[in-house]
Amino acid sequence: MASRVQQGGRPGGARFAQFKLVLLGESAVGKSSLVLRFVKDQFDDYRESTIGAAFLTQTIALDEQTTVKFEIWDTAGQERYKSLAPMYYRNANCAVVVYDITQASSLDKAKAWVKELQRQANENIIIALAGNKADLVAEQPDKRAVPTADAEAYAKEANLLFFETSAKTAENVKELFTAIAKKLPIEQASQRGMRGAAGRTAGVDLGSRAEPGSGAGGPGGCNC
Amino acid sequence: MPEEQAPGAGSTQPCGDSESQQKPQDHINNGQVSDQKQNDIEPHQNEDNTQLAQSQELTPPPLPPRPPLSQAGSLRLSKKPSRPQLLSTPTTALSLADVHTQSYNSEDGAGSPASRAVSRKHSFTHFGRFVSNNNSSDGDDSASIKSYIPSLDARVENESILGDVAGDDTNPAWTALNEDYEKDDPFQTIFSPEDEALSDQIQHEFEDVESEQAEGTSEEVALENWKAKLKHFFILSASGKPVYSRHGDDQLISNYVGVAQTLISFYQGAKDPLKGFTAGSTRFVMLSKGPLNLVAISRLPESDAQLRSQLEALYMQILSTLTLPSMEKMFSNRPSTDLRRPLQGTDVLLDGLADGFTRGSPSALLSALECLRMRKTNRKVINDTLLKVRSPNLLYGLIVAAGRLVSVVRPKKHSLHPGDLHLIFNMLFEAGSVRAGGGENWIPLCLPGFNNTGFLYMYVSFFAASETTTTNDEAPPEKDDELAIVLISANKEAFFELRKMRDDLVSQLDSNGSMSLIKTALRKGHASCAEIVPGTVLRHFLYKSRGNVQFVMPAFEPHFNDLVARRRLMSLYHLMHESIHSRTAHLKVQHSIASNATALAWETPLFELYCVAGPRASRAALAQGANRVVQWIRREEERVFIIGGAVF
Ligand SMILES: Nc1nc2c(ncn2[C@@H]2O[C@H](COP(=O)(O)OP(=O)(O)O)[C@@H](O)[C@H]2O)c(=O)[nH]1
Ligand SMILES: [Mg+2]
Repeated sequence: MASRVQQGGRPGGARFAQFKLVLLGESAVGKSSLVLRFVKDQFDDYRESTIGAAFLTQTIALDEQTTVKFEIWDTAGQERYKSLAPMYYRNANCAVVVYDITQASSLDKAKAWVKELQRQANENIIIALAGNKADLVAEQPDKRAVPTADAEAYAKEANLLFFETSAKTAENVKELFTAIAKKLPIEQASQRGMRGAAGRTAGVDLGSRAEPGSGAGGPGGCNC
Repeated sequence: MPEEQAPGAGSTQPCGDSESQQKPQDHINNGQVSDQKQNDIEPHQNEDNTQLAQSQELTPPPLPPRPPLSQAGSLRLSKKPSRPQLLSTPTTALSLADVHTQSYNSEDGAGSPASRAVSRKHSFTHFGRFVSNNNSSDGDDSASIKSYIPSLDARVENESILGDVAGDDTNPAWTALNEDYEKDDPFQTIFSPEDEALSDQIQHEFEDVESEQAEGTSEEVALENWKAKLKHFFILSASGKPVYSRHGDDQLISNYVGVAQTLISFYQGAKDPLKGFTAGSTRFVMLSKGPLNLVAISRLPESDAQLRSQLEALYMQILSTLTLPSMEKMFSNRPSTDLRRPLQGTDVLLDGLADGFTRGSPSALLSALECLRMRKTNRKVINDTLLKVRSPNLLYGLIVAAGRLVSVVRPKKHSLHPGDLHLIFNMLFEAGSVRAGGGENWIPLCLPGFNNTGFLYMYVSFFAASETTTTNDEAPPEKDDELAIVLISANKEAFFELRKMRDDLVSQLDSNGSMSLIKTALRKGHASCAEIVPGTVLRHFLYKSRGNVQFVMPAFEPHFNDLVARRRLMSLYHLMHESIHSRTAHLKVQHSIASNATALAWETPLFELYCVAGPRASRAALAQGANRVVQWIRREEERVFIIGGAVF
């Protein structure tokens, strides 16, 4: 469901909707690289691991009439941040779960994330599975550790969108996000002005759950 | 703002410092270990050391006579605010003071070179040629600093000005040091050929040991590269598992880690923890912190206290990732825990700290922060804006410009801890990932100085000073051009609340003109020494205000433009810092000379000042320069320091 919709703001029935998207997956599979490619059309061969989580936005035009803005949480994927993940996917409208097609174990991790999302997240959440680093196997096919057909079969069974992507060459990156946007209920959102589950604007969802000061004095709070 | 310590934090800071505070004799014992090693390379000390060395081997040596209580006591009190460390609780530095007291006593009696070596040897090894001219008494010297004393504080005038160190017999440690170097050519350059080699090396210091990926560097080459490093840091678990190494992979370092572990556990087994030793020209310093052992190995001129404070900072970084209780729990559940997994991805942070120490960081050396110079009224507007837009879940808010603080908002009862800020600045400005992400960030972290038991959450967004808009969709700013807004909360759900506060803050700073003032000040960079003190002989200085825990320095340019020149300068500062801080006598001004630099260190209850001038600068000119710096600081005090900050 769309989190925020501006109705009638533009002539000719232009539609604008804003959605929350979360990236999940093992560390180093290329989540940040995919986002950076999508948002800035850049790629770094050497990227330092994400610390905590990064928040970015990107707007795409689906057609002349329709604009979709993504608010993206790029999470770090490390074990120690696991308990924070629900905070990022709780009100997400869509998720991209990423694995590295040259690392079989990263698909297992991805499957675990899909399971968790399907159990815990928004029930209408759109999930896409992205097998990243496709460029590596284009050069050296023997580097592939996850056959396309296997991942595809799994995606179908779990009702996920599926792409093999390369943040490096940009292959399928735009396609991935566009496909997600197309599956999001823009029409519905646009007409009924439907809001995200918990708040008026996308952003406040995260914050609005917290009573002021509820976290303070927790483990990190001051005890004085 | 940053006072010594958050009031609430004291109780939550059991980081095991008490041990080193209360057992200065441990240092001394290990100092003897150091002497023992040095016998190999310094035969002239041989006789004197043999006995001590043997006693170390056979039985625990008798404790050295304790310094007179009154002396030690007053020293502790007076030195406390300026301990050279990142944790603001007095730690190892205290015992260092005792070491020197010890040296004083011994000199009084037998004049034992061994005790001299205990106190000074390693810290001066590479600086050997930086010679004090305190025995000279040419006309120049009669121009004592006294005549230029600013009337900052009456006590300054009365007690601190030993304008002429020459022949100060009341300070045997100093005399001893001097004797030591009379053996050398006193007017050699500060950096001997050996030091030139070090200077060359520093240019390759931060390269990977297997850098040339040309078909896999041979193991020998990698090992050679590894051995050539000026500096190593290891962190091991108590059971000997590698946790972190700055250089080399597990395979490469495993033998060395094994040796380190054996040494450490041998002495721990003997209830006499190893604190440090010297092998050849390399100093090894160990620090035990709960379940971790940290080792610094340095060929740069740094003292044990300085190396130890670097290890403290690495330890704080680990706590910052894990929190103390959770790390302790991991080890108590499974003593063989591999901490690399939970620390995954934080190597860049540890590397950032380590490399900062190797390059030489004024902030780390002085345990103090630097502020962006601004008019008082301008800063007040920014402070007021921060207070106005403050959101309910905010704990601390910072505006930081290229590593320099612009403004702080904080609760009345919590000051900011310099060690914590060092970790934050390292994360933001040294490790690239936050800045390179190009977005906003929400980062759970523990600030151990504030509370080492739990996490806080940090909102970070970067701006480039050169752009006119403040949207986030710009390319990541250049390193010296970056402005960060940092908002810290104890509430992990506060991201959007703080994000809104950021938006409000930016729009208000934009509309009241503050943003452009900040950006102008940032773009202007540091003033040069000549701008601050026109016509001076000074080329660079560090001024630390003890009360504010902040420091001021001019630009490195035009005299210290590259890594090598800066490292040399920093080495000089390390030397002066160590000699000021390890002194027991009331020596407050130290003047030193060599063929390519002269320097002056000046300590008062209010400040520490380190000045460096060219080789032929006269003593009077140096002193005059120092005084003019002090006068300038006094005039500019509310511009160069954040005093109080925005408090709610
Ligand atoms: N060859 C190739 N490398 C990639 C690709 N995406 C990411 N990487 C590299 O994989 C590493 C980890 O990427 P990162 O985006 O940080 O992964 P994250 O931890 O999932 O965010 C980095 O060194 C990237 O340069 C890709 O599509 N192709
Ligand atoms: Mg990432």
